[in-house]
Amino acid sequence: MAKADEAAAIITIEGLQDLLRAIRAGGYRPIGPTVQNQAIVYDDIESVDDLPRGWTDEQDGGRYRLARRDDDALFGYSVGPQSWKKFLHAPKLRLWTAERDGENASVTPEPPPSDRLAFIGVRACEIRAIEIQDRVLVGDLYVDPHYKALRERALIVAVNCGQAGGTCFCVSMQAGPRVQQGFDIALTELLDGTEHIFLVEAGSEEGRALLAEIPHRPASSREVEAGEAVIEHTASSMGREMRSDDLNELLMSNLEHPRWDEVATRCLSCTNCTLVCPTCFCTSVEDTSDLSGERAERWRRWDSCFTMDFSYIHGGSVRASAKSRYRQWMTHKLATWIDQFGSSGCVGCGRCITWCPVGIDITEEVRAIRGCDTSAGDWP
Amino acid sequence: MPQTLKACTPPPNPMAPSMTRLTRFIRESADVFTFDLAPERATPFAPGQFNMLYAFGVGEIPISISGAADAPDRLTHTIRAVGPVSAALGRLKAGDQVGLRGPFGVGWPVEEAKGFDVLLIGGGIGLAPLRPAIYWLLRHRAAYGRVGVLYGARTPDDLIFVSELEEWRRTPDFQLRVAVERAGPDWTGDVGYVTPLLSKLRYDPGDAIAMICGPEVMIRATALALEDAGIADSRIFVSMERNMKCAIGHCGHCQFGPLFICKDGPVHRYDRVRDLLAYREL
Repeated sequence: MAKADEAAAIITIEGLQDLLRAIRAGGYRPIGPTVQNQAIVYDDIESVDDLPRGWTDEQDGGRYRLARRDDDALFGYSVGPQSWKKFLHAPKLRLWTAERDGENASVTPEPPPSDRLAFIGVRACEIRAIEIQDRVLVGDLYVDPHYKALRERALIVAVNCGQAGGTCFCVSMQAGPRVQQGFDIALTELLDGTEHIFLVEAGSEEGRALLAEIPHRPASSREVEAGEAVIEHTASSMGREMRSDDLNELLMSNLEHPRWDEVATRCLSCTNCTLVCPTCFCTSVEDTSDLSGERAERWRRWDSCFTMDFSYIHGGSVRASAKSRYRQWMTHKLATWIDQFGSSGCVGCGRCITWCPVGIDITEEVRAIRGCDTSAGDWP
Repeated sequence: MPQTLKACTPPPNPMAPSMTRLTRFIRESADVFTFDLAPERATPFAPGQFNMLYAFGVGEIPISISGAADAPDRLTHTIRAVGPVSAALGRLKAGDQVGLRGPFGVGWPVEEAKGFDVLLIGGGIGLAPLRPAIYWLLRHRAAYGRVGVLYGARTPDDLIFVSELEEWRRTPDFQLRVAVERAGPDWTGDVGYVTPLLSKLRYDPGDAIAMICGPEVMIRATALALEDAGIADSRIFVSMERNMKCAIGHCGHCQFGPLFICKDGPVHRYDRVRDLLAYREL
């Protein structure tokens, strides 16, 4: 998938319905935003009627509420609790099955999935997050065959955000709100009271082929400008901001900052931030056997650096205090990730702020450390 | 450079073990045992690398290879039974099967150490990951300067590789000192930690390379003592332990600051970890 490089087109809501039909006809399983359990969650969709038409979300530290919009926008929300890692890097996955027959055991790996997933409504920060997980799970010597199989076949229909959420800071992380790469089709939703249309760019051959299958017309320069205005408005109304150019040095030279003790008095070690984070990739394995002891399985499941088990070695947990676990999460996300994978692990989606039950705000924690940089001698 | 042997083409299912046959079981002490595994395919490894060993239906743990690197059809592991998986492995006998993934990680700098005096310092079960390096040095003895091994255990009953220790003691041009933390009247050797024994070894600090494996507190103390003795921090190597679920850099458990112990280690050059080791609970 490449950068969009050609003139934008316009499709209507009916055209979007045709696009979903064409995607399905192409053998894909479309997954998109739906309203369930008072949140926007990603699930299988059949038609545009499944999309959260007329809904938006209100987000702040520890707070998420759906609200009605005064228009019929289909993508008029920011991001919900889930990210696409739910599909690409499954929360729970059987890795293999083993059978023992007398003295001989054999291990049968779980075959990689053959699903062709089409992600509908992927935001710029989410594309960045997928690219970050790519580097972890397929970008090094060892490759996760399950992730690779799904990722290689996935189709991405992106959406340029029409509004910033209360905890969004993708601008600070240079991860949005404009979708720039890594998509097959990118949409910008345009509503002006009389018209409800989508500005469409194709970002890949497959995207171009899909667009060719559905009714569309060239976008006028006024419509292209309207799309630009939507993105600019979103970029200028971020709910949060965080200076990010020096975080590796700042955090790693403040590993004994008193703020880690302070945040530990609030942090519940509940693991919510790691579960909602679109880049957190840590997993554990569970080995099981049946009652006969002749059949065994290994399952992989999401894990979190906030648990005591995570760092347990004989003798105890390396990170026994909440302070050390919060420090591990934040320094990994914002600092050591850069050493390990060449980029920050944060995309500024704000989920960790919204879904923290006590509203711990990563941007606020960075500000607190920056405001009293112990390495600079500001602190006794 | 530290030594590493990685599969030319990584397996398509890197989390799936292959089943190997246990060919020999030796009890080393009350809670430590050694066994040999016969892998289906020859499995070359570098001294200091580790494997993931799977006890059927119980679980999988990272275990350093403790045997000689010149016999890739035999993988020797020395294990202390401290948890459910290591205890299950300890109940196996010759003929039983063990799941194997590996080898993984960066091992000891045995090539880089050629021409140098070499000090190997092991604490407790930490002697096991050092043994392939000791075998290597003995096999290529002429390529190295003076060689000294320090080994510390809790009590004489906790010593492992006992008959081999006797053999090494009698080996010419090979210095060995063993200390225990506490002992009865029948122990005639050194009592205390290994660090004071450094002064008993003959080596040129300006021309020596040191390799350390043991509990982290022992690693820190020993590395400090070696620096005090005049060995450059870039010539000290330490093997570290962290929780590990995958050994392939995916599970995230073994992180130590910017490092993954599974793929950047387990053997690290001390100057690259010294600052990190200073922080509690990192």
